Amino acid sequence: MLQCDLPHNENDAVLLAHGGGGRLSHQLVEKIIKPHFKNSYLNDSHDGCSLPLNLIHNLAFSTDSYVIKPLYFPGGSIAELAVYGTVNDLAMCGAEPQFLSCSFILEEGFSLKTLEDLCQRMGRAAQECGVQIVTGDTKVVEKGQGDEIFINTAGIGQLLSRRKICRSQIQNGDAIILSGDLGRHSLAIMAQRQGLELQSKFTSDLAPLHRTTNSLLKSGLNINCLRDLTRGGLASALFELQDERCLGMTLEKNKIPVHEEVQSLCEIMGYDPMNLSNEGCFLMFVPSSDQEETLAHLHHLNHRDAAIIGHVHCRNSYISIKNELDVETLVDWPLGDPMPRIC
Amino acid sequence: MCLAIPGKIIELNGEGLQRMGRLRFGPITKDVNICLVPDAQVGDYVLVHAGFAIHQIDKGEALKTLDLMENCEIKNEIS
Amino acid sequence: MKLVDEFRNPILAKKLLNKIHTSCTRHWKIMEVCGGQTNNIVRYGIDQLLPRTSVSSVELLHGPGCPVCVTPINMIDQIIELSLQHDFIVCTYSDMLRVPGTHLDLNQSKARGAQIYPLYSPLESLQIAAENPTKQIVLFAIGFETTAPTHAVTLLEAHRRQLKNFSLLVSHVLVPPALDFLSKNPNNRIDGFLAAGHVCAVQGLNEYHPLSQRYKKPIVATGFEPLDLIQGILLCLLQLESGAFQVENQYRRAINEDGNHIAQRLVRTVFTVSSQEWRGLGVIPDSGLSLRPEWAEYDAIRKFQITKVIPSSSALECLSGLIMQGLRKPMDCPHFGKTCTPSNPRGATMVTSEGSCAAYFKFRSPGVQNASM
Repeated sequence: MLQCDLPHNENDAVLLAHGGGGRLSHQLVEKIIKPHFKNSYLNDSHDGCSLPLNLIHNLAFSTDSYVIKPLYFPGGSIAELAVYGTVNDLAMCGAEPQFLSCSFILEEGFSLKTLEDLCQRMGRAAQECGVQIVTGDTKVVEKGQGDEIFINTAGIGQLLSRRKICRSQIQNGDAIILSGDLGRHSLAIMAQRQGLELQSKFTSDLAPLHRTTNSLLKSGLNINCLRDLTRGGLASALFELQDERCLGMTLEKNKIPVHEEVQSLCEIMGYDPMNLSNEGCFLMFVPSSDQEETLAHLHHLNHRDAAIIGHVHCRNSYISIKNELDVETLVDWPLGDPMPRIC
Repeated sequence: MCLAIPGKIIELNGEGLQRMGRLRFGPITKDVNICLVPDAQVGDYVLVHAGFAIHQIDKGEALKTLDLMENCEIKNEIS
Repeated sequence: MKLVDEFRNPILAKKLLNKIHTSCTRHWKIMEVCGGQTNNIVRYGIDQLLPRTSVSSVELLHGPGCPVCVTPINMIDQIIELSLQHDFIVCTYSDMLRVPGTHLDLNQSKARGAQIYPLYSPLESLQIAAENPTKQIVLFAIGFETTAPTHAVTLLEAHRRQLKNFSLLVSHVLVPPALDFLSKNPNNRIDGFLAAGHVCAVQGLNEYHPLSQRYKKPIVATGFEPLDLIQGILLCLLQLESGAFQVENQYRRAINEDGNHIAQRLVRTVFTVSSQEWRGLGVIPDSGLSLRPEWAEYDAIRKFQITKVIPSSSALECLSGLIMQGLRKPMDCPHFGKTCTPSNPRGATMVTSEGSCAAYFKFRSPGVQNASM
């Protein structure tokens, strides 16, 4: 007698068949993923979606992939990161984020309960940001070929003005403003990995930034460039902002906000706060004539640690920092992620 | 070489090579092996390298050193 | 952080620097031996704040004080070879991951499927061994005297827990023989030394007295914070100006004359002194540690037939050997900053941030960087 070989999912783990495009795939999307992303675009259940954009200015478009471990950390999870990360990238273009896509690559054996929880968190994060997740995809790879879950989100949003906001707009003399203190996201991750207990309730700075950037853009302030700090930290962000004009940037160490917890982490593990990651902090480049007003605006929006940390110049093409002893030295751009040292 | 930083002992447990201390580094707490400094007590500061306390820190000497620097009275205290 | 921030006070730094400037009447060259001190000297720009006139100066030379940099190429090659075997897990300090062997570094070996576990503490390798009983766990045990006691404890704990799948690949180096080697060189330009503060915290100061007397050079055991370094330089300078040559303790809060007896006893239980190759310098007799024969079952060298000392052409691979002896500066090298950078290092002193070439490359002042490139 023939047996039906359709896998019967009585356990709580992702199976290869969930990515096979058949009934189990459909069930996964309809029962676990879509309910948490609730919107009419998803109800069409089509290969893609058509969106009413009513563009006045250009469209901003960004994408990012999220592979973080651990999946959950103090202050959030890969879910919120996947939403806020792309929302923030759009915000740094000077756009109002509107729509996101979401692709999952799941490892066979990944907990369905965890997947549902992450989808729920993504849905909440999207709602909080005022964006909708309107299209997506799900694939499953064999056990050992992935690492639990990878998420990609791409996003679009309308620019708020015709004014270009990018590194080519950075000018000689611009003030460099940081919206918050360094290294909180790294600390939240490291604390779990290294068994560090934190005296106070210290969490990642993971947060959407678009409401802040929108407010700044609508205020009429001259903003030449915005850039959020993610992996690679402040140092990487600054190096990536240099273009073929090779303007120099000089920072002042005593102006860079670093909380005591992060400083202690750096002392223990041998890190430099400039290389630690943030997920809710950004750089602004504004004409020095606007620096005080911009700073006041940030403080007013509750970015209490915002500070003017340096200026752009054309004396040379280096990124340098004036340290505690008033000596100017070059900022290092490390090759990769910070790792604990014994030396 | 030899990255090592001071931490304050707030708790002790275990014995011999497994003697452990809970140390405070500013607002961060971490467990560290204390077997190399068995005489260290709660409240003492120790120097921590690669997850081990390697020497006690003499707070009195630290203050004396800072005083000397403050007054820049460098007497050649040759050992 | 307490007992750290106080030693970064810029006002006190200025006071000490003023004293250096008013005390210096001739040209002096002081060598710090410890890579962590080199890194902080260059990071804080301390060397730029020292006197430099036509009649008087204090020039800092940067010694071979980075155990990562001086790990012999053949040891890197052999740990990489072990790591690429499918039933091995290599536990290593992250400092070692980008150190180039002949063909690969450990990062590249990981990309080829090697299981590499980066450590904060060597005790973590015991947990790895316990959780992977069918695999061979090799702890790459490098470092100076500061780290040797931690490896001794790790081995003793492995023995207590009967972790038969655990071994150490030892490549420990000792500071006093290196000072002896440097001072013996008739071409050396070193007037005085800053000894490595944390090495001395463990070992004490006893081994340094014969060296200062034999070579008539002051040796000041110095800490790592900016004020420690500046005060250490000042104390050394004052001895030089007065013609003294004694061992002196700047880092009194962490160093006493005899060091940490318990740590020293544990090291003697587990290790014995042996010859050691220093990448860039060659073989220095009695300058390293090996596991004692009674610990053979935990000795990766014996267990996996590894050749410890292969005098190699690494001593001549670039100027790094001369730089570590204080006979040249990084900027003297034609490759510095051009074909030799931290992402593409040619020699020992560029491979990690504690190497003087890497430190100069990363933290140099813009003016000096301009001149060098």
